[in-house]
Amino acid sequence: MSKTLTTQLNVDQIRKDFPIFNQPEGKPLYFLDSGASSQKPQCVLDAMDNYYSTTHANVHRGVYHIAEQATELYESSRIKVGRFISAPHPAREILFSKNATESLNLLSTSLTRKLLKTGDIVVLSEMEHHANMVPWLIAKEQFGIELRYIPIDDNGYLILDNIDQILKGAKVLSITLTSNVLGTLNPISELAEMAHNEGALVIGDGAQYVPHIKTDVNTLGIDFLAMTGHKMLGPTGIGMLWGKSHLLELLPPFMGGGDMISDVRLDGFTPNEIPWKFEAGTPPIAEAIGLGAAIDYLENLGMENIRVHEVSLMEYAFDQLKSRFGEDIKIHGPTNIADRSGVISFEFKNIHPHDVSQILDQSGVCVRAGHHCAKPLMRHLGVNATARASFYIYNQQDDVDALVDALAKAEAFFA
Amino acid sequence: MPGLEDLYREIILDHYKNPRNEGEFPSPPAIKAEGHNPLCGDELTVYVVMDGDAIKDIRISGQGCSISRSSASLMTVAVKGKTLDEVDRLMKIFKSMMSISTNSSGETEVIEPIEYSEKELGEMIALQGVVKFPVRIKCATLSWNTLMQALENRSS
Repeated sequence: MSKTLTTQLNVDQIRKDFPIFNQPEGKPLYFLDSGASSQKPQCVLDAMDNYYSTTHANVHRGVYHIAEQATELYESSRIKVGRFISAPHPAREILFSKNATESLNLLSTSLTRKLLKTGDIVVLSEMEHHANMVPWLIAKEQFGIELRYIPIDDNGYLILDNIDQILKGAKVLSITLTSNVLGTLNPISELAEMAHNEGALVIGDGAQYVPHIKTDVNTLGIDFLAMTGHKMLGPTGIGMLWGKSHLLELLPPFMGGGDMISDVRLDGFTPNEIPWKFEAGTPPIAEAIGLGAAIDYLENLGMENIRVHEVSLMEYAFDQLKSRFGEDIKIHGPTNIADRSGVISFEFKNIHPHDVSQILDQSGVCVRAGHHCAKPLMRHLGVNATARASFYIYNQQDDVDALVDALAKAEAFFA
Repeated sequence: MPGLEDLYREIILDHYKNPRNEGEFPSPPAIKAEGHNPLCGDELTVYVVMDGDAIKDIRISGQGCSISRSSASLMTVAVKGKTLDEVDRLMKIFKSMMSISTNSSGETEVIEPIEYSEKELGEMIALQGVVKFPVRIKCATLSWNTLMQALENRSS
């Protein structure tokens, strides 16, 4: 009945690398919430453990051996991140932060301190996560910048009919590479080119994109890219920001403190060079090292293979959900799978997503229920919440089958 | 792991599918308050018609999950015709049942548990299983918090 997946990934082998799927006496875990946070392979946990057990010391400070080793490990993770997204200058253009949210806050704060002034226009889209909306709303409140939004249509695509007008005179375009709710892959390189023609800087929110799709910042044509580690097999507490080096040079520091200065006097300070200018205080060292191991793991699988696997899973899921539930399930976002990243937000009959998610949990199926930190988008869709299933390298047909079966249970329960 | 039947009792499903006292009253004269659960996006509006010191009538509109909707429906039945003192006691009993003082999430308010009989709870006892599902406690208490807000609006 069911067709098999087109995949180069050996999912059985991959699942063996993830302790959470191999707990003794563990109940079946159908984890379909990697869009919120991914699971971690043993190698990531080991990398952090090894650092703490063998070479823990602060970075950029001691001249003794283990401090040098710690610095070496930390800085080599930075380079791995840079190479992972084809940054032209990996060692200088990657900053570590707490998460993608902090990376975006860093940008909105630093930009309004120097480059943006009252009345300047920042363009966002209506499908942004709160992380790429609230920092700009704060800047609007505090500095009087103006916000414009690219609207979206009923199929979850950006409406680009009036894009010239929207971008006209803009100083910044800050936009997600892919929607965390709709899955829509936005035409970033085209938008970046148009924005650059207006003289605007272009910021990409890559939180939901970089973990899943081979990313090349040069092809995307953007100026900054915000990322997070915990959605790409890395630990929580580590985010990344890529920026073109000449722009990072231009921006003032975000937070002040140790490590981000080259000199401090009683009447002032001289900031450190990039990227350290933006890293105040002791950074998340173990987390950066864990992230480096996660990137090695992903590159070993191959980002192209990951994308093929996820597309195949989505085709299978669309197929199964539609054939089993027909009109009773409404999937938001583009119907063309090539235009989507691996998330499926849906409404199921009239059952509230909270109830759907609760009943799915009884079968070990984990999906996200709620507004997905995108309330303006929820209002546009005319819903208070949706349930969302999202896929990653360790998901397989079983997960989709379990989702479908559990939805059938929910249907029967609330019949 | 607690079973679904702990959470979704028949009474709950009945009140979810056939909510009592659903709708609106013109306000004023009715007093009203809006409540949100930012976690899941549930929204409801409570309308209260007072008669002196008692709730003469009550209606609720909005949308939410089965727990928040059924809890709201059960609440309207429980408080209609009651004096403010009686409503206050019911609220305390309800929150006591929700074990809000011992809830592990650490986010919710702390109230003193009080002694009460199951009879006082009436049909609301169907909601006692919610305690085993900590993230759902906020769904069950949304309507009560909103009612309290409405009653405070009245006195201000």
